[in-house]
Amino acid sequence: MIEVGMALPEKVFYIDRTLLKAYADASGDQNPIHQNEVFALSVGLPNVISHGMLTMALAGKYVTQWAGGSANVREFSARFIKPVIVPAGEKVDLTVVATVTEVDGNTVKLDITATSAGVKVLGMAKAVVVK
Amino acid sequence: MINPDSVGRTFKGVEQVTVTQSQIDAFAAVIGENDTSVAPPTFSIRISLSQYESILTQPEIGVDWTRLVHGDQKFEIFRPIVAGDVFTCSATIETLRVAAGNEIVSVRSDLHNGNELVVTSWSTLVVRG
Repeated sequence: MIEVGMALPEKVFYIDRTLLKAYADASGDQNPIHQNEVFALSVGLPNVISHGMLTMALAGKYVTQWAGGSANVREFSARFIKPVIVPAGEKVDLTVVATVTEVDGNTVKLDITATSAGVKVLGMAKAVVVK
Repeated sequence: MINPDSVGRTFKGVEQVTVTQSQIDAFAAVIGENDTSVAPPTFSIRISLSQYESILTQPEIGVDWTRLVHGDQKFEIFRPIVAGDVFTCSATIETLRVAAGNEIVSVRSDLHNGNELVVTSWSTLVVRG
C-alpha cells in the first residue's frame, strides 16, 4: 500500500573520476570542469565536479528502480543547487531518499532528497511515476 | 549578451537525430541500469543539450557556451525513448533575465518522432557574467 508520507528506502551511489568520464562519453558532455582538475581550478571551482545531469541521472535510477522500470517515469525535475565535488582517487557518495507526496490512482508523486558528503546537491527534486 | 529579441521564438534543430541501442546501453551502464529495452528518463538530455549548443550559440542568439552552468532541468515524458527513434529537436527560448551579472535563460526542448511528441524538457541555463 502506497500512502502519502511513505518514506522510500535510502540508496547510496558512488561517483568517481572514472564514472565522470563514462558519463561524459555517454552523454556527449565533455566540459573539462568534469574531467580536468587544472581547468576546474582555473575557473574557480574547488575541484573537478560531477555533471549535474549525472547526479540527476543517478537519482533517476533510484526512482525507476522503485517505480519498476524506466518506462514508468512521467515527469522528473531538479535544481542543481550545489556541486558534487569529486577529488582524484576518491569515491564520493550520492545518497538518495524520497517521500511519497501524492497518490492518485496509479500515479505517485515523489519528493527526492539527494546529498553528497552530507550536503544537499539537488533542490526541488520531484518525480511523477506510474506504479 | 543574449539577444532579447530571441525570447519567445522557437528555433528548429538543424538535423535529425537517430537513437541507437548502443547509445542507450552506454547511458544505462553509467547509472547501473540493466534494462535497456527503453532509455533511462534523463537520456534525452544528450540530444537536447547538443541541439541547444548548436542553436543557442548562433550569432543571432548569442549564448556564450564556455560560460554556461546548468541551473535546473525538468522532463515531461510522454512515452519512453527506444532505439530507432528519429528525433527533430526544437528549442524555444521562454524567458531571459539578468541577475547578479549573470544571464539566465530558460529554454524548452520538444523532441518529435515524426508528428509524435515524445519528450518535452525545460532547462534553465546560466551564462556567468
